[in-house]
Amino acid sequence: MKVKYFAWVRERVGKAEEIIEPPATVRTVEELIAWLSARSEAYAYAFEKPKVIRTAIDHAHVKADAAIAGAREIAFFPPMTGG
Amino acid sequence: MSSPVATCPIAIRIQEDDFDIAREIAVLTKSRTDIGAVVSFSGICRADEDSSKIAALTLEHYPGMAEEEIKRHVDEAISRWPLNGVTVIHRVGRFEPGQNIVLVLAASQHRRAAFEAAEFLMDYLKTSAPFWKKEESATGTGWVEAHARDDEAAARWAKS
Repeated sequence: MKVKYFAWVRERVGKAEEIIEPPATVRTVEELIAWLSARSEAYAYAFEKPKVIRTAIDHAHVKADAAIAGAREIAFFPPMTGG
Repeated sequence: MSSPVATCPIAIRIQEDDFDIAREIAVLTKSRTDIGAVVSFSGICRADEDSSKIAALTLEHYPGMAEEEIKRHVDEAISRWPLNGVTVIHRVGRFEPGQNIVLVLAASQHRRAAFEAAEFLMDYLKTSAPFWKKEESATGTGWVEAHARDDEAAARWAKS
């Protein structure tokens, strides 16, 4: 699946997007965040406060317990500050 | 005689270029005699944020989702108020104080629906449309933090 990062999540991870293949044991958004956090210091820093991170699956906001099965694109970003 | 069916054209644009409020209102109301009220809200880059001076703001967005998220809220506004037209323009890029950032136009037969729909759309734009502001000041650059007051403003519209 494709993963995208925005704003300071993107800056901390060090890339705007990537293709990932998490193991089948990673089923939810919060499990995916934990799995990503274990990859490197940069990811751990980006996701150090997982409750602050907002997530969208295929362009729609989802909660941390949302299932990731079948997702084409998952995006992680800080709370929004547009308008 | 049957009354004309009200139509509600929707325009949603995310762009770097500036917008002309008068022109956008003219486009929305052209050849329409059913519209009795147009409310316009424009958001402008200001020079002060919580007592610190801002030199510029840079707006980043999530292409694709931003348009879809705005459309979802425009559709909800149309389902809640009798609207005759909605325009939402959100700029992205780097802005200095005084420059336009966002425009919401809500048209209706009467003012109340237009006022309420414009406010509803702005409250949701701030809290759920995927845009982020980075500010430049004398002390450096940093991402603007979300305000609890914006979440509270959007929560007012939740249906019980």
